[in-house]
Amino acid sequence: MKLYVDIRKKTGDFNLDVTFECGSGTHAILGASGCGKSMTLKCIAGIETPDEGVIILNNKVLYDSKKKINLPPQKRSTGYMFQDYALFPNMTVRKNIEIAAKGNTVEKSYFSRFHLDGLEELYPYQLSGGQKQRTAMARMLAASPEMIMLDEPFSALDSHLKWKLEKEVKQTLEELNTITLFVSHDRDEVYRLCDTVGAMENGKLKEMKRVKEFFENPGSRVAALLSGCKNIAKARRISKNRVFVPDWNIELETKKEVPDDIGYVGIRAHYLKATDEIKGKNTFIIEDIEISEDPFEWNISFRCAGGTQYLQWKVSKEIWSLERMSLPKAFKISPENILILR
Amino acid sequence: MTEFFQNLDWSPLIISLKTGAISAVICFFLGLFAAAKIMKAGPRTKAVFDGIFTLPMVIPPTAAGFFLLLLFSRKRPLGMFLFENFNISVVQTWLGCVIAASVIAFPLMYQNARAAFEQIDSDIILAARTLGLSERKIFWKIVVPIARPGLLSGAILTFARALGEYGATSMLAGNIAGKTGTISQKIAMVMQDGDYKLAGFWTIVVIIIALAIIVAVNLLLGKSRNQKRNQKR
Repeated sequence: MKLYVDIRKKTGDFNLDVTFECGSGTHAILGASGCGKSMTLKCIAGIETPDEGVIILNNKVLYDSKKKINLPPQKRSTGYMFQDYALFPNMTVRKNIEIAAKGNTVEKSYFSRFHLDGLEELYPYQLSGGQKQRTAMARMLAASPEMIMLDEPFSALDSHLKWKLEKEVKQTLEELNTITLFVSHDRDEVYRLCDTVGAMENGKLKEMKRVKEFFENPGSRVAALLSGCKNIAKARRISKNRVFVPDWNIELETKKEVPDDIGYVGIRAHYLKATDEIKGKNTFIIEDIEISEDPFEWNISFRCAGGTQYLQWKVSKEIWSLERMSLPKAFKISPENILILR
Repeated sequence: MTEFFQNLDWSPLIISLKTGAISAVICFFLGLFAAAKIMKAGPRTKAVFDGIFTLPMVIPPTAAGFFLLLLFSRKRPLGMFLFENFNISVVQTWLGCVIAASVIAFPLMYQNARAAFEQIDSDIILAARTLGLSERKIFWKIVVPIARPGLLSGAILTFARALGEYGATSMLAGNIAGKTGTISQKIAMVMQDGDYKLAGFWTIVVIIIALAIIVAVNLLLGKSRNQKRNQKR
């Protein structure tokens, strides 16, 4: 199983420029809203047409601007689950699924598989968000697609439902073992559900990385932001393993080699460590502490002596209790936790 | 009173109802088809054809009647062709009533159908395409059922408009008693003779029919509005 996408599309000021390749498994396109994620999926599904490029699914050419091939969506066998599910409002759950199954009668077990027992004769407006999503999933798979695309599948759900549905979707995807593209702006969702991930930046998507690798080494500033890195600042190379960060006014030792063209460094808010010993590698005296409180975490922002930009530190209340401990004097960051970014 | 009803010629009511019903059926399908086509057209084609389809609603019906008369006159190519090949004549016949009423009422159906189609969430249609449903199936099984309240109220209003048509009908079909003499033409004619009683009677008939139609449309749209409210909850 293989999907190859290499397309460009211009709409107004916006330039979509997407190139990637993937096999079976779940692949995320991570990006801020309006960055072109859904547009990419729509081009693959055939409900938007790129200006130029090639889309090939399992040796079948879906789109090729040079050969003037542009299959209609009906001939592409690509499943697409819309953000708000787009169920047919005039049909019951059963009819919604049966019309996708080419009018064949759908077995009772199929409804059970998607936890839709007892809901067969209800109309979409009578369903909860979770039930709508299950119906949309069941409907999409009833058409036996060769690959599936999920467009922000959990964004229309209440947070207490999300976990449950996420588990169900994960299980369904594992059973299917097909090519799945998963569009999201939520890095945690992507980390839990996906095998590879590509960061989309202003319509550009150039490669997919293994999820673990993406979070360990996002590569670019935008990818680091999307991966949830809170502290990012411009950096200058000093030597093979040293950089200077003017905004923080500190010099950092890195484990990874620093390239000549380094643009930024990133430090995840969870990887900072408080210390009272002002000695050793990558240890910095801090000033100007500000504290804000989340239900289970402290958000602490501070500046390093002489720096202009604040850094953020996040720590669980179980580890660090404001009542019992005094404010730290210094912070430490181990060299392997410094992200080197373009 | 009994004498009035004994001498009454009911043919205007029959002719008007028949004309209204047939025109409503014709306009229903033509309007549906035109609205469906225009939804798929590019912005320029859309602007031009939308104008053409709406024109009969905004020009004076007598102007439309004049145009139809030119088109169907037996001295002109189309009228000549119809008469010589199919023995069909439009001018001064009941068929003329239907054609005039259909042309004038068509924009009502077209506009209602188009508005109903435009309200449909486009993702629903796109989803249907990715599921492999043919365009024909999408139209008849999804688009038309979702648009049903709008389509039905369009059809009813079309019927009402066709029923009361006067200007174009009098130009194309004339006012031949028992043949093309509709209620509206009857009212105009008897008023010329100063017969207030007969004119008043037919006016009451027209008002009753129109009121019944408006109430029916309101009930229909009210029902669909309730359904929408349920959907939001």
